[in-house]
Amino acid sequence: MASGSAFAHRHILGMEQLSREDISHILATADSFKEISTRSIKKVPTLRGHTIINLFFEPSTRTRLSFEVAAKRMSADTFNISPSTSSTTKGETLADTARNISAMHPDIIIIRHPCSGAPLLLSRHVKAAVINAGDGAHEHPSQGLLDLMTVKERLTTLSGLKVALVGDIAHSRVARSDIIGFTRMGSAVHIYGPSTLIPTGIDQLGATLCASLEEAVRDADVVMTLRIQRERQNDPLLPSLREYASQFGISRRILSLAKPDAIVMHPGPVNRGVELPPEVADGPQSVILDQVTNGVAVRMALLYLVMGTS
Amino acid sequence: MSASWCIKNGRIIDPVNNIDRIADLLVVDGRIKGVDQPTPPDVPEINAQGLWVVPGLIDMHVHLREPGQEYKEDILSGARAAAAGGFTGVACMPNTHPVNDCATVTAMIMDRAAAAAVRVYPVGAISLGSEGKQLAEYGEMRQAGIVAVSDDGRPVRDSQLMRRAMEYASDFGLPVISHSEEATLSAGVMHEGPVATRLGLKGIPAAAEAIMVYREIALAELTGARVHIAHVSTAMATELIRAAKGRGVRVSAETAPHYFTLTDEAVQDYDTNTKMNPPLRSAADREAIRRALADSTFDAIATDHAPHSILEKEVEFDLAANGIIGLETALPLTLALVRDRIIDERRLVELLSARPAAILGLSGGTLSAGAAADITVIDPDLQFVYTADQVVSKSRNSPFLGQTLQGRAVLTMVDGTIRHSLLA
Repeated sequence: MASGSAFAHRHILGMEQLSREDISHILATADSFKEISTRSIKKVPTLRGHTIINLFFEPSTRTRLSFEVAAKRMSADTFNISPSTSSTTKGETLADTARNISAMHPDIIIIRHPCSGAPLLLSRHVKAAVINAGDGAHEHPSQGLLDLMTVKERLTTLSGLKVALVGDIAHSRVARSDIIGFTRMGSAVHIYGPSTLIPTGIDQLGATLCASLEEAVRDADVVMTLRIQRERQNDPLLPSLREYASQFGISRRILSLAKPDAIVMHPGPVNRGVELPPEVADGPQSVILDQVTNGVAVRMALLYLVMGTS
Repeated sequence: MSASWCIKNGRIIDPVNNIDRIADLLVVDGRIKGVDQPTPPDVPEINAQGLWVVPGLIDMHVHLREPGQEYKEDILSGARAAAAGGFTGVACMPNTHPVNDCATVTAMIMDRAAAAAVRVYPVGAISLGSEGKQLAEYGEMRQAGIVAVSDDGRPVRDSQLMRRAMEYASDFGLPVISHSEEATLSAGVMHEGPVATRLGLKGIPAAAEAIMVYREIALAELTGARVHIAHVSTAMATELIRAAKGRGVRVSAETAPHYFTLTDEAVQDYDTNTKMNPPLRSAADREAIRRALADSTFDAIATDHAPHSILEKEVEFDLAANGIIGLETALPLTLALVRDRIIDERRLVELLSARPAAILGLSGGTLSAGAAADITVIDPDLQFVYTADQVVSKSRNSPFLGQTLQGRAVLTMVDGTIRHSLLA
């Protein structure tokens, strides 16, 4: 199905570990899988007999559903474990959980965890392939890949673009995966948000920090907004969501500074009227639902590639 | 049993007595007789040719975990680790279970320590339960054996309480040791900077340390009392301490080997053996720490020896306990500073022996005639691979495991009794 060199990664822990060639290979594979989801019978036997465990330590609707849909369309058997049904509340450590799950011989474990680095820790204690579905404020590689796929699909290239990344960079794992992914593919990432949400040294990941929203968005090819949470652990990050919307939201006026064919993205779920007003979120430049569709294709590709069935 | 030795032909380094030359050191009945004394017959000889003979090393900041967490370390195992690292005395912090906040707990520690391989000097709590509310009874704890007070690990938030602690501690000649950290700024798990940002870990800014160091200096200035700043990790704090010393404030300070050896870049792959508080800082901070060791801004190198089992360390980085063991690596890591010409041999002995003894009012730190024969013999060239199976401490949480280290204690003597020896 997919062409090119063999895929060398046992685990998908982050964009950080993926080369430009790896990313192109994953996107090409995802492209070839996308058509499956448009058939009337949306199922191929590729992963029949394989066991996939969704180990979600944080609430997630769309990412978990997306991985589950991807797995089922590949005919894998999927099982979901979430904190309320797992043993972690009984004091079991992640390493214990990992060894117990491993004893049941799963092929792939997909993990979402509030602590950065948890997927790496898991990968040291299991024989299965591990896919990071979001760890703390670290990475969310499948989201980064589906963002790349969506941009490539719409703008036909991933190099030489200006990507404006606006919002809560500090707490966003999507931001890190996107910064690494877009810069690795040859595009420039320009960051803007309230200073309370910009982490120290973010420029050292390869992004450019802008002094104003206008500067970030001007002539951008892609305007990527990130979800805002007003308060975290009693840390006073923002006075109000209302002020965020008026000072940092992507209004039509701000969007008009971007290139005429610029696309608007958001990893979801959107705080309507905060990061994006409805007329922008649902406007002609929005590709938010394309991102969701491509998410399934990218995750099918990842499951396929880590199983080494190419 | 008489503990008498003639330590022959070693390089004797004793800053207090201004000695640095090759000579013989005579020990008679557990006490130092002197340098180049005639050796009485029947006194066994120790050949120290090519080795350094220094006053026993003193670590003024360790956690021995007893009472309460003996699965990590206990007084006897910690003391054995100390002897193996060349230390003849250690000051143990009060964050045990129960907290060492009264004479009963102090007496229990002193009782256990009577059988320990090295001298154990308890540090009492500043406040009851180290809860930062009510002063502990320093007078009675002093009588039972404490040498300082500290709420180490639980920084005193209330500035009025800290002021009163300094005033009251001075009545008993006790220094107050401050773990300087502004708690509202330090909810993170590693140094705030590009590495934390890359790893998606919450940062602790250098300002969290500097703000509290300045408060302690201001309070020491206000009260005239003595304050000692524990485990300094930042450039900003070294500047504050240097300036305070310059205007005569009674402030002393220590740093730990990991702060002059490693930076936050060591926190690769979420290795929980690089998680400690204060955290490993930037390369610029490490340079400043080294400068402050060279120019006497620092008085002491202390390990903050913090044993933890895999129960606390084989977990997510966010959830891992802070701290690493340090007693067995402090000397080789400090010797690396001598090889790099950042400090000289005399300064090494000041930092690891003479000054900590003076700050805590201990009798050690010198090779003066008549002093107890607490002596460390160092082979500055001996290379060894630091592996888990040779760790003497009960715990193995060190970021230096697997590394080749150079220089170590080949003999540790307390009261003239050999507590550790690698000599044939």
